[in-house]
Amino acid sequence: MSEEHAVVSLRNVDKQFGEGGVVALDSIDLEVEPRDFVSLIGPSGCGKSTLLRIVGDLIQPTSGEVVVNGKPARQARLDHDYGIVFQDAVLYDWRTVGRNIELPLEMLGWDRKRRQERMREMVELVELSGFERNHPWQLSGGMQQRVSIARALSFSPPLLLMDEPFGALDEMTRERLNDELLRIWAGTGSTIVFVTHSIAEAVFLSTRVVVMSPRPGRIQGIVDVDLPQPRTQATREQTRYAELIREVRRLLRLGGLDVEDEGVEEQLIVAEERL
Amino acid sequence: MRSALQRVGLTALVLVVLYALWEGFKWFGEASAFRLGTFEVNDRTLPHVHDIIGQLFEPSRRNGPLLIEVLWDATLFTAKEAAVGFLMGAVFGFAIGVVLAHSRLLQRGFMPYIVASQTVPILAIAPMVVIWLGGRGLPDWFSVAVIAAYLTFFPVTINTLRGLHAVDRRALDLMRSYAGGAWPILWKLRVPASMPYLFSALKVSATASVVGAIIGELPASIQSGLGGAILNFNQYYATSPASLWATNLIAALLGITFFLAVVGAEKLVVRRAPENVA
Amino acid sequence: MRRVRDWAPAVLVFLLGIAAWEGGTRGLNVERFLLPPLSDILRTLWEEGDTLWGAGFFTFKEALGGFVIGCGLAILAALVLARWKRLGGALMPYMIAANAIPIIAFAPITNNWFGLLNPLSKMVIAAVLCFFPVLVNMLRGLTSVRPSSIELMRSYAAGEVEIFRRVRIPNSLPYLFSALKLATVLAMIGAIVGDYFGGSQEALGIQIRRSAGVFAFDEAWAAIMVASVLGIAFYAAVALAERLTMGWHPSARSAQAD
Repeated sequence: MSEEHAVVSLRNVDKQFGEGGVVALDSIDLEVEPRDFVSLIGPSGCGKSTLLRIVGDLIQPTSGEVVVNGKPARQARLDHDYGIVFQDAVLYDWRTVGRNIELPLEMLGWDRKRRQERMREMVELVELSGFERNHPWQLSGGMQQRVSIARALSFSPPLLLMDEPFGALDEMTRERLNDELLRIWAGTGSTIVFVTHSIAEAVFLSTRVVVMSPRPGRIQGIVDVDLPQPRTQATREQTRYAELIREVRRLLRLGGLDVEDEGVEEQLIVAEERL
Repeated sequence: MRSALQRVGLTALVLVVLYALWEGFKWFGEASAFRLGTFEVNDRTLPHVHDIIGQLFEPSRRNGPLLIEVLWDATLFTAKEAAVGFLMGAVFGFAIGVVLAHSRLLQRGFMPYIVASQTVPILAIAPMVVIWLGGRGLPDWFSVAVIAAYLTFFPVTINTLRGLHAVDRRALDLMRSYAGGAWPILWKLRVPASMPYLFSALKVSATASVVGAIIGELPASIQSGLGGAILNFNQYYATSPASLWATNLIAALLGITFFLAVVGAEKLVVRRAPENVA
Repeated sequence: MRRVRDWAPAVLVFLLGIAAWEGGTRGLNVERFLLPPLSDILRTLWEEGDTLWGAGFFTFKEALGGFVIGCGLAILAALVLARWKRLGGALMPYMIAANAIPIIAFAPITNNWFGLLNPLSKMVIAAVLCFFPVLVNMLRGLTSVRPSSIELMRSYAAGEVEIFRRVRIPNSLPYLFSALKLATVLAMIGAIVGDYFGGSQEALGIQIRRSAGVFAFDEAWAAIMVASVLGIAFYAAVALAERLTMGWHPSARSAQAD
C-alpha cells in the first residue's frame, strides 16, 4: 500500500431523504486510491448517483464520514479538488466552446493569457482543435461531452466524478470516447469515479467495479479488474474480459435487478439540493 | 384536497396582505402628505376598501337600484360580448394558425401583417366596425364582440403555429409510417401536441377579450355594459369616487373569472408532465 | 439567395394588398367613411403630417415612459423573486391572475389622480400593462434552469450571486426579450387607448377620436397609420436589441418563423 492517502474515503455513509423517507444508501464503506478508476454500477434507483453527489458535497449524507483528498467533502469542494461531468453536457449556449472550457478557470480567477493557454491544451487533449469558436449546438452529442470533459479537467483536479457521461450516446461514439477517456486518464494521472449502467463499459474502463444493490443501496461486491493496461479493442476480445463481465452480472443478480421507479432518485436529489 | 385548501388559504393571505398594503399606504400617505405631481392621498383618490365594497350595496343613484344590481346586469352584458368575441377569435385564430402551419409560403407572406395588425389600435377602428355591422342589421353588442375577437385571435394564431411546429420529428415519422395523410396527422398528433401552447394563448386571450369588450363599448356608445358604467361613474367621481372604484373592482373580477374559466378548461383537457425547473 | 425567399412573399402580399385596397375601395364604391382609398389617406398624411406625427411622438413618449417604468420594475421584481424562490413560486399564480385584470379600465382613475392632461396618467397605465407579463416571463426564465447546471456551479463552489450572474440571467434573456416585444405593443395600446378616456389635445388617441367624431375618416385612418408605424418601429427596435444581445441563440439564427 502506498503512503499516499486515499483520494476518496467513505465510512459508514447512510443517506435517507427526509424524515422517515426513502433510504437511498445504507452503510457504504469505500476507499478510492490515487489513480484508481472506480465504476459504480447497479440498477436504477440503487443510489449510485446519490453517492457520487455525496462525494462531491452536492448532497449531505445522513450519517457517516466522507473524506475527499484528505479533507472533509465540503472543504474539498470549496478547494476545487474535483471536476464533474454529467450525462447531459451542461454547456452554456451563450458561450463558445473555448469559453465554456474556460469557465471554471474564470471562476478561479486565472488571467486571460493563462486561461487561453490552458484552454488550448485541453482542446488538444480531447481532440477538438479548431472548434474553440463554435457554439455548443453546432457540435454532436459526443463532441459536447468531450468539451464537458475538457472543462472538468481544465484546472487539473486530482479527482474526476462522472455521472453516466456517455449514457446518451450511441454505441460507436461511446466506445470511441471510452478509449479517449482511458488515454486522458493515463495522461493526466487523475483518479476517476464513474457511474454507469453498462456492465461492459464498467469492466472495460475500470480498475475496480463497485456493484450496488437496489434500494436501499448497499455495496453488493467489488470486482478487481485485473486486465492489463493500456486497454484496447483487443482487450474486449480476451477471455478474462468476458469472465469479469459474468462476475459483475452475477453480483448484480445477487443484489436483485429490480428496476426501481426511474427518476424518483432524480426528483429526490433535485428537491434536496433545492435546485 | 389538501392542496385546494392550501390554495384557498394562500389566496386569503394574499388578499389580507393587499388590504393591509392599501390601507397602510393610505394611512401613510395621508399622514405624511405624500405628493406625486398633483396626486395626493385622500378619500377621493384612494377610498377605503370598506367604502368601496360598501358602495356596492348603496343605491346607484337617488331612489335607484343598488349599485351591485346595476353592475351585475352590466357585467352580464359585457361578458356576453367578451365570450362571443373570445370564441370567434379563438376559432378564427386557430384556423389561420393551421393554414399557416401547412404552408411556409403563406406564412412568410402574411406573418408580418398579422403582427402589424396588432399595432393598429382597435379603439380607432371600433366606430367604423360598429357602423358597418350596424348597417347590416347586426346588434351593437355584436360589433363589440368582433372587436374582442380582433384582440383574441393574434395570440391564438401565434401559439397555434408554434404548437403545431413543436411536434417531435420522430412522432411525425411514426405517423407517416402508418401511411397517415395530412388530416389524420393533424388531428391525431399535431393538435394534441399543440394543446399546451394553445391554452397558454387562450389564457392571454381570455383577458384580451374582456378588455376588448369593455373598451369596444366606448366608441359604440353602449350604455348597458361595464364600459358604459365606467364612463358613467367617471363623471360622478368627484361626488362618489367609491362607485368608480367598485365598478373597476367588478371589471377586474370579470377578467379574472374568464381567466380562471380557461385554466379550468385546461385542467380538463390537457394533462401535462410537470416542468423540470430549478 | 435564401434571404430573398424569406422576404419576397411578404413583399408580394404587401403589393397585392395595396392594389386590392386601392382598387377595391374605388371600384366597389365602399362607403367612404369606413375605408377611404389608400391614396386619399396617404395624401391626408402628407398634408397634415406635422400635426399627426407630432401627436404620434407625444403619445409615443407616454408609451415609452410607461414601458421603461413598467419593464424596469418588473425586472427588479423578477430578480428579487428568483432569489427567494419559495415566495416567487407561491406568488406566481397570483401574478398571472393579476395580469387578467383589465388595466385600461383604470385609466379614468389615473386621470383623476394626475390630471387629464398629464402624460403621467397614461404612463402609469402603460407601465402596469407591461409589468406583469415581463415579471412572469422573466421569473420563468430565471428559474427554469436545468438542475445539472446549478450542480455544476456548486461544484465550482459558486455562491448564489455568481450563479445568478453566470447562469440564471443569461438563461432568462430569451424569455425577457419575448416579453419586452409584447410589452412594446401593450405600452402603445395603453397610451393610445388611455387617451380615449380623455387627454391632451396633442395626443394621438384624442386626434383619432375627434376625427372619427366629425366623420373625417381620412384623418382618422391617417392617424391610425401613424400609430401603426410607430408601434412597428418600437417593436422592431426591441427585436434589433434582441438580435444584437442574443446573436448566439439558435432561434435567432434559424430561418423558421418562431
